[in-house]
Amino acid sequence: MSQVEKRDAPKARPVSQMSLAWLGVLPFFVFAFLFLLYPSSTIVVRTFQDAETGNFTIKNLLKLLSDPYVLGAYWLSIKISIVTALGGAIFGFLLAYAAIRGGLPRFMRSSLMTFSGVASNFAGVPLAFAFIALLSPTGMLTNWLKAVGFNIYDYGFTLFKFWGLSLVYMYFQFPLMVLIITPAIDGLRREWVEASENLGATTFQYWRYVAFPILLPSLMGCTILLFGNAFGAFATAQALTGGSAMNLATIVIGSQLRGDVLGDPGLGYAVAFGMVIVMTVVMVGYSVLQRRAERWLK
Amino acid sequence: MKRGGVIWSWFWMILGILYFFLPLLATFIFSLKAVKDVYSFKAYANVFSDPAFQLRFPASILWSVLTIIAAILIFVPTAYWVRLKVPKIRPVVELITLLPFVVPAIVYVFGLVRTYSQPPLLIVNSPGLLVAGYTVLSMPYMYRAIDTGLRAIDVQTLTEAAQSLGAGWGTIMFRVIFPNVRVSILSGAFLSFAIVMGEYTLAQYLAKPAFAPYIALLIQNKAYEPAAATIISFALIWACMGIIQVIGGEEQGGQIAGGH
Repeated sequence: MSQVEKRDAPKARPVSQMSLAWLGVLPFFVFAFLFLLYPSSTIVVRTFQDAETGNFTIKNLLKLLSDPYVLGAYWLSIKISIVTALGGAIFGFLLAYAAIRGGLPRFMRSSLMTFSGVASNFAGVPLAFAFIALLSPTGMLTNWLKAVGFNIYDYGFTLFKFWGLSLVYMYFQFPLMVLIITPAIDGLRREWVEASENLGATTFQYWRYVAFPILLPSLMGCTILLFGNAFGAFATAQALTGGSAMNLATIVIGSQLRGDVLGDPGLGYAVAFGMVIVMTVVMVGYSVLQRRAERWLK
Repeated sequence: MKRGGVIWSWFWMILGILYFFLPLLATFIFSLKAVKDVYSFKAYANVFSDPAFQLRFPASILWSVLTIIAAILIFVPTAYWVRLKVPKIRPVVELITLLPFVVPAIVYVFGLVRTYSQPPLLIVNSPGLLVAGYTVLSMPYMYRAIDTGLRAIDVQTLTEAAQSLGAGWGTIMFRVIFPNVRVSILSGAFLSFAIVMGEYTLAQYLAKPAFAPYIALLIQNKAYEPAAATIISFALIWACMGIIQVIGGEEQGGQIAGGH
């Protein structure tokens, strides 16, 4: 027993093989470090750094939480994100459900998917202009409505404020909802409708006790993702309002980048850092809910 | 579904169609009105003959092409290698490829500018930084498209077969792996193309000529020309999405929206 010396099988180059294998992903990690991780970490580090002395401090974050201008910007971003996430989720779901299970001709489904792919990518500057052409004081729809005696600008609507911008955001929100909720709707099995009908359930009861509980994690997850989608949006709002009428958090960062409008570089980093935190919460929430939702998708 | 359900389905569908087409229709009609009292393509002619357009539109095409090349050269070998040799590292790589979703474009460019505009690392003016930034923005779409493509082929067997025939890594990469994930690469590439062509934030703050900032400038100074440019931009996205559909079908790529 004692003479059996336990030794691993001779390794035929496995050590060098391993290090070589790691070398293969090195270019990717160098790239990711230089152009993603390092610049992002700059924001985090300088948030916790005193702009003058370079010492560790949490004063930038404290300022973020007490500056009414910055808090107002965050609040506006959150409000518009909630409104357009809920609006986009409801409308997008109804559309996707109508196309998939609503008894429409089959080509409606593929057309809707194509349109959604296009519309969810048609954003930023051109999107802003498309709505200017439609709903500005001299826009096409504004003129049509005026012609039938209904001037929306007399009723407090303006394209360049909260509800106008929300309407524009909806253009990329609901198509995104259609794209990401489709797998969940496909996962609703037809047998479940039949089974509940056989048990004497009404349509309302089917939705209340079967479909809705199954869809709930997906619906919540997708709504959260839509929230993040609006929260990070910048170009659309910038192009539509010129960056003055709507002080969103992203707009504040944009102005801070052009010149220190906050009069405090440290606070600028904190604003950017706060956005990353919100987006992280959004993505984590989305992936947790998505995992719950997948239980029903086979 | 009962009869009432179908009526509701049509109702929502028509509402969606109106939402989708009305802004485009308004833009298109507006773009034709550059000459008083007649419909004409004058605004388009003005845009095409504008020296600023002639500089910035090709510039955006150049950024897109460079981005796609960089993305293919970095992400295909990485995704391949992770599947073949270092599957353990997969969660880390996937997490990194999803990070651009967590960092909004404006925050990202803020980080880039602040990091690379100080003396030891003064590369903020380099066009390379813009291309690198776009490669990062395209990463979630591109990497996932490629990885999905690799999942469908037997990487291990293909590699061993090629090796036993005496192929080196270069041959394996360019003559075995690339052709096998061509469809995924192409759909990722066209999506990236659409995203970069419409991208505003990075180009604006890294002060490089590009199409979207040009449209923004037109909006401030002109009436009919931005409408024409918007239609051009929309046509580009439509063409890209159409090509993706034709080559890959709707399931391929798992696209989500680009930069807003």
